[in-house]
Amino acid sequence: MLHYIEFLEQHGSRFVDGAIITVQQTILAGMLAIAISVVMGLMRISPAGVVRGLATVYIEFFRGTSLLVQLYWIFFVLPLFGITLEKFTAGYMAVGMNLGAYGAEVVRGAIQSVPRGQYEAAVALNMSPFKRMSRIILPQAVLIMLPPWGNLLIELLKGTALVSLISVADLMFEAKQINGVTFLSAECFGTALILYYLMARLVISPGMRAFEAAWARKMGRA
Amino acid sequence: MFDWKWSFTFEIMPRLLWATLNTLMAAGFGYLIALVIGLIFALAQRTGIKPVTLVVREVVEFIRSTPLVVQIFFVFYVGPQFGIRLSPWTSGMIAIGLHYAAYLSEVYRAGLDSVPKGQWEACRALNLSMQRTYFRIIIPQAVPPSLPGMGNYLVGIFKDTPMLSVIGVAELMHTATAVGSETYRYLEPYTMVGLIFLAISLPTAFGLRRFEEWVRRALGMNR
Amino acid sequence: MNKPAYPLQLDDGAPIVRFSNVTKSYGELTVLDALDLDVAQNEIVSIIGPSGSGKTTVLRMLMTLEEINGGVIYVDGRPLTHMERGGVLVPANNAHLREMRTNIGMVFQHFNLFPHMTALENCMEAPVQVLGLSKQEAQERSEDLLQMVGLDDKMHEHPARLSGGQQQRVAIARALAMRPKVMLFDEVTSALDPEVIGEVLNVIRKLATEHSLTMLMVTHQMGFAREISDRVCFFYAGKIAEQGTPDELFAHTKNERTKQFLSAVLDAG
Repeated sequence: MLHYIEFLEQHGSRFVDGAIITVQQTILAGMLAIAISVVMGLMRISPAGVVRGLATVYIEFFRGTSLLVQLYWIFFVLPLFGITLEKFTAGYMAVGMNLGAYGAEVVRGAIQSVPRGQYEAAVALNMSPFKRMSRIILPQAVLIMLPPWGNLLIELLKGTALVSLISVADLMFEAKQINGVTFLSAECFGTALILYYLMARLVISPGMRAFEAAWARKMGRA
Repeated sequence: MFDWKWSFTFEIMPRLLWATLNTLMAAGFGYLIALVIGLIFALAQRTGIKPVTLVVREVVEFIRSTPLVVQIFFVFYVGPQFGIRLSPWTSGMIAIGLHYAAYLSEVYRAGLDSVPKGQWEACRALNLSMQRTYFRIIIPQAVPPSLPGMGNYLVGIFKDTPMLSVIGVAELMHTATAVGSETYRYLEPYTMVGLIFLAISLPTAFGLRRFEEWVRRALGMNR
Repeated sequence: MNKPAYPLQLDDGAPIVRFSNVTKSYGELTVLDALDLDVAQNEIVSIIGPSGSGKTTVLRMLMTLEEINGGVIYVDGRPLTHMERGGVLVPANNAHLREMRTNIGMVFQHFNLFPHMTALENCMEAPVQVLGLSKQEAQERSEDLLQMVGLDDKMHEHPARLSGGQQQRVAIARALAMRPKVMLFDEVTSALDPEVIGEVLNVIRKLATEHSLTMLMVTHQMGFAREISDRVCFFYAGKIAEQGTPDELFAHTKNERTKQFLSAVLDAG
């Protein structure tokens, strides 16, 4: 135990640095994923077949291939098409685009779960489709989609670990580096695992629950 | 810019296809391990012995909430630290098997919980042993609602095999990277990897949905 | 559907609602069969009949919640389901529907109040967002209406805190806030507990007697229909089997089917 405390004293700051990068990646990827999910989710229920089809292609493609493959493709292959991304950017973009595909299905499911009577009442009151969706349907859909989104955000956090493979200096990257020097693998990767766990269980899950409670209150339902 | 060489593609395909076989084997074995250990995790939480339930619960949560790739590194590198040399393949199987066991245990739990309480009570009333109760009455009813989740994770484990490449397992991604670094051409290998994944995961997902329907009908449960 | 048999516009003095040879089918099933129905301005019409007879479909089509398969519906002299293009009637586009819809309001069986808004906000929503009223105007209008339906003390409550009867009264106020010319009531008491049906019927009675409003009601409340309607229509198999004043329909029933229906309903109490 003493041995571990020594280890932490010596290398702790590097773990923290890595964790900060991980948090940044998670937040950026998260924002991208949410934006993509809403757009693709709405496209999936569009009356226009072409729009629906485009969204379906995106979703099936990003869900049918693994994040690692997508990440490598974006970082190693896109430059051949003239799009060279800096590795930090490539990292969160790949994670965001990947999780966005899963999120799109969650958004779509939630919108379709809002009772049909709400849609009919809005039509009866002659609301435009845009106002209908933004003021009546989506606010109710948000409450429905929050629990699955909690899980998705944890998947997002886990996904960011892969960006270490394109040398982004995140938590896992630092753990690998320290392991390469000290060979204390249990301490290195164990610490990394614990930090990821703490971020997931002590930040993301309670955070989502609090957000859910706040939204429910705003909707007069608490 | 768009410099696709078909001749090169055909050249490397045999290697990629062999590697695909390796990938499928890794996924298959990993899934089998996960199926069994997942069941153990799930049943362990139903023993009624508080400490056991709590410990297993926390272990499952821990595995589910942390990245698989870090777990893979952990299993691979920790062994040598304590004198045990594990091959990439073995560490990979252990890590992926445990990871997906955690996911599957949640699927099993939900499936078991979905069986109505009355079923348990009827078994008690008929004096069936715990073994009979579980294997002949409860588990068959827990299976149909669990199938979608189990199917999703089968596809998921297949898509996660590329992570094994980081410890040198010669699966598809690793082979593609090797080809890339040998020939300095990444476009064809990585693109083919993506297409191969799509070609396997999409029909599999589709086939699984059909299988679920079939099982539902076969067990006479069209809920 | 757009043959010259249907005028581009009705003459002055024409009924405010006219169904002209209207047909509606779902696949093989014909729900409305070449229906002709006129409703005069300020007339109160009750529609009764067995389920599947097409009565709710009449209201839903008028509210543009269902598409038409044959014939034309006119509202306030102009076609609702169709519009004029180069001298002929063609199926209406969304812009035309939105223009015509302002004339019609609807109260639903299951209220369909917006759960994330208070009663007041529910009423204010459409006047502000659709009619472009200022928040203040919309609020004044909504407060008056909520007062009229007897809910001024519940204005700031969310639907989850209101009883079914209260919710339905808010729904009525919400529909009235748009000042439609025609109000549709689709079995508005069918989902209510018996003890709160009265409070909703009182509001409708008030509307009928104190305000000039054209009202179309699908209802199972025979006593109520008899009391306040100018005309009652009995629907059977997508057509009007019989119609007349309440006295004519209830006391001097001519049609066999109507008689059967009425006696079955009375038996059920």
